[in-house]
Amino acid sequence: MNASATTPPAIELKGISKAFGPVQANRDISLSVAPGTIHGIIGENGAGKSTLMSILYGFYRADAGEIWINGQRTEIHDSQDAIAAGIGMVFQHFKLVENFTVLENIILGAEGGGLLRPSLARARRTLEELSREYGLDVDPDALIEEIGVGMQQRVEILKSLYRHADILILDEPTGVLTPAEADQLFRILRRLREEGKTIILITHKLREIMDVTDTVSVMRRGQMTATVRTAETNPEQLAELMVGRKVLLRVDKAPARPGRPVLEIEGLRVRDDKGVERVKGIDLTVRAGEILGIAGVAGNGQSELLEVLGGMRPGAGTIRLNGAALPLHGRGADGQARRAAGIAHVPEDRQREGLIMEFHAWENVAFGYHHDPAYQRNALLMDNAAIRADTERKIEKFDIRPADPWLSARNFSGGNQQKIVVAREIERNPDLLLVGQPTRGVDIGAIEFIHKQIVALRDAGRAVLLVSVELEEILSLADRIAVMFDGRIMGERLPQETDEKELGLLMAGMSGEAA
Amino acid sequence: MDKMPKWADVVLIPLISLLLATILSALVILGIGEDPIAAVKIMFDGALGSTYGWGYTLYYATNFMFTGLAVAVAFHARLFNIGGEGQAMLGGLGVAMACLYVPWPHWSIALLAAGVAAMLFGAAWAAIPAYLQARRGSHIVITTIMFNFIAAALLNYMLVNVMRPEGSMDPATERFPAAVHLPTLHELLAPLGIGFSKSAPANVSLLVAIAACVLVWALIWRTRLGYEIRAYGHSETGARYAGISPFRITMIAMLISGALAGLMAINNVMGEAERLVLNSTEGAGFIGIAVALMGRSHPFGVFLAALLFGFLFQGGAELALWSNIPRELIVVIQALVILFTGALDNMVRMPLERLFLALGNRRRDMGEGAPLPERKPTQPTE
Ligand SMILES: Nc1ncnc2c1ncn2[C@@H]1O[C@H](COP(=O)(O)OP(=O)(O)O)[C@@H](O)[C@H]1O
Ligand SMILES: [Mg+2]
Repeated sequence: MNASATTPPAIELKGISKAFGPVQANRDISLSVAPGTIHGIIGENGAGKSTLMSILYGFYRADAGEIWINGQRTEIHDSQDAIAAGIGMVFQHFKLVENFTVLENIILGAEGGGLLRPSLARARRTLEELSREYGLDVDPDALIEEIGVGMQQRVEILKSLYRHADILILDEPTGVLTPAEADQLFRILRRLREEGKTIILITHKLREIMDVTDTVSVMRRGQMTATVRTAETNPEQLAELMVGRKVLLRVDKAPARPGRPVLEIEGLRVRDDKGVERVKGIDLTVRAGEILGIAGVAGNGQSELLEVLGGMRPGAGTIRLNGAALPLHGRGADGQARRAAGIAHVPEDRQREGLIMEFHAWENVAFGYHHDPAYQRNALLMDNAAIRADTERKIEKFDIRPADPWLSARNFSGGNQQKIVVAREIERNPDLLLVGQPTRGVDIGAIEFIHKQIVALRDAGRAVLLVSVELEEILSLADRIAVMFDGRIMGERLPQETDEKELGLLMAGMSGEAA
Repeated sequence: MDKMPKWADVVLIPLISLLLATILSALVILGIGEDPIAAVKIMFDGALGSTYGWGYTLYYATNFMFTGLAVAVAFHARLFNIGGEGQAMLGGLGVAMACLYVPWPHWSIALLAAGVAAMLFGAAWAAIPAYLQARRGSHIVITTIMFNFIAAALLNYMLVNVMRPEGSMDPATERFPAAVHLPTLHELLAPLGIGFSKSAPANVSLLVAIAACVLVWALIWRTRLGYEIRAYGHSETGARYAGISPFRITMIAMLISGALAGLMAINNVMGEAERLVLNSTEGAGFIGIAVALMGRSHPFGVFLAALLFGFLFQGGAELALWSNIPRELIVVIQALVILFTGALDNMVRMPLERLFLALGNRRRDMGEGAPLPERKPTQPTE
């Protein structure tokens, strides 16, 4: 090696393009990552981040372009090639075998010899060394199904390190983590950097980019729009680069003026489909003119809480709306009855619940409100023309694109799908709006708009119950925050008097006093 | 984005499937040393070359419209009703009872009563599997198949032990009275000065079947019930969100489905045989599955597919009569069409979808969509 030459980039992509049919997922992308750095790639959903990384990892073949690893032109046809080139990848959805131990998962596919026992022993030694070296604590004999997601992620990282990865790609790694777990992950990433590893971190969260990366690339609609040093940029600039226009990151809202209680919950208990109790006796009140935010890591009973309130699931206990008790099971406890009582519901999963993906936009606008007399022509037939006219109004008012009532729901982007649901529910002017994960998989521009609509409903004196796993969203949108853990409310806080750290502790089940 | 334009889905795929089935059938005919061109000519002449042929083609098509609609309605609720055969048998029982045990003054009133009886019996036969599915989760495919066997046994018992006339050796009811004779196409068209074969069985039931197509279309795409059926068919969780009761939709969709299958009996039992015999359904309940698949569960598609299968049935019968091609081979040809248009749908669909994706054909989807036979898992967003 020529001593005078500077070290080549660990990864260099030159002119990568990739199309899926008419969708140009990556367009002439060039990227250069210096060794021993953490490089962030940020972009809205569908910008092409995962596609680019899948090309680097050999899942897709690029239509055009070259990959250079450590200054060498490298052909990567499959993940074997990627591993041989020293690339490891931690996917958004972990690829672990649930009923295998940590150790078994780590050596899976890299057993190194026909006999399991000696290779297990060897792997155990290697694993212990790796754990020590990088501060990655895991119990090698724990079953995957028994450890938390944070730990599972560490197993994925160890899997890559075990295969001698020098370049580690993490695709949206924090989506499933509590803030504390995310911080822990970032500590690990910094440690890996110190040891000379190169890391690519993909995310759509600006805060994470600012926290850990050295350099950051922004992707928009398949193109790389900018690469900047993290120290020389700020969230506002990155957001603008992502969306292509100025966006308001903080929700602009006046202080709430809470009125009478609209929703009162007492001793509510809910079981999931398997009969496991997921909500274990909670009390909550939501007042007119306020947004109550429920914070918590996914899977701590928030979904079941929303489902009971929305009439999708039976429960036990007491729920009162405007002082009148609502039935919690049997007839009169379904979604129709809830809507009639004045509850609107933006569900957590718009694709499986809030929309029928095969239905036209206009059919979806009537969804759940298909009994509305305004939508009936006579006792027998629905008034489809009236529904379409209503749809056109909502498309206009909520700036839903494309502005085509005949398009199937599946052909709208995530943000516009969500706008259809939000338009349908908010335009009912309900006494109580239930909102679950309103901006999951929604682009920044649409997030801003949806937040504004929710605040406007609050300002009109309506009650809003917001469930979100995005702490930032809860902190900026809610007027009052209740933290849920393991089916119970761990405490209530006012957003101006708390921070992510305190909420994070509550979300992890530490009681308020200890925090 | 949709993988391909609607017209390709509803027109191109069935046509290509049909073409493939035809080519393969031709090869089979060649293989046994016969002339496929001559065979096709015999089929066309036999099924469409005369009003006699048309009369039979339309008669079979009428059966298939009813059973095809039955399968299609259930399909929209994502229920696979394999029990059309049994429901049609029970419909025949209803028709026979209505025609034999009540003296009707005029065929029109008799048709009305027999139709209602047929629908009630068919619906009742579908109700039990529907209930077992909705409340107990017993798979409707299994239960409806079992109910076909039970229906056959029940019919056997009724014909041998209860309804057989004294002294008759034939497991069949006696002939229905002349007053309930349904006008054939010959009788219907004569006043208009149109000549039609006297001996062909097509009858006024054809008009009922066409009306049923229109009504089912209105039900599925113009009524609230149809909206709920389709919503439930596409997404059960979605239905739960919207307050649509899965139990209610499962029951209603299956009752309508069973009623439509049962209604077939006004054609084959009341219109043609004019008495109830064993095996009067001749497998029409099963053909209905292929008809619904090929017709994309759309009533107009069902109408066209029923005509095609009517043609295949009548043409096939003529082929058996006028050529050296054995009867079994005709069944093979019919099975090939069913195989290609129904079961092997994806074989044609997938390459075509890829072709359209490659062409980058981005078209606005138009018209009404019918559900696909299988629940395709939706991709969760990140
Ligand atoms: N396997 C695929 N087939 C067709 N289209 C795809 C496929 N994978 C991704 N796309 C499309 O490519 C674009 C980029 O997707 P992706 O790389 O997953 O974005 P990101 O990870 O930035 O959210 C999107 O429009 C997506 O719909
Ligand atoms: Mg992605």
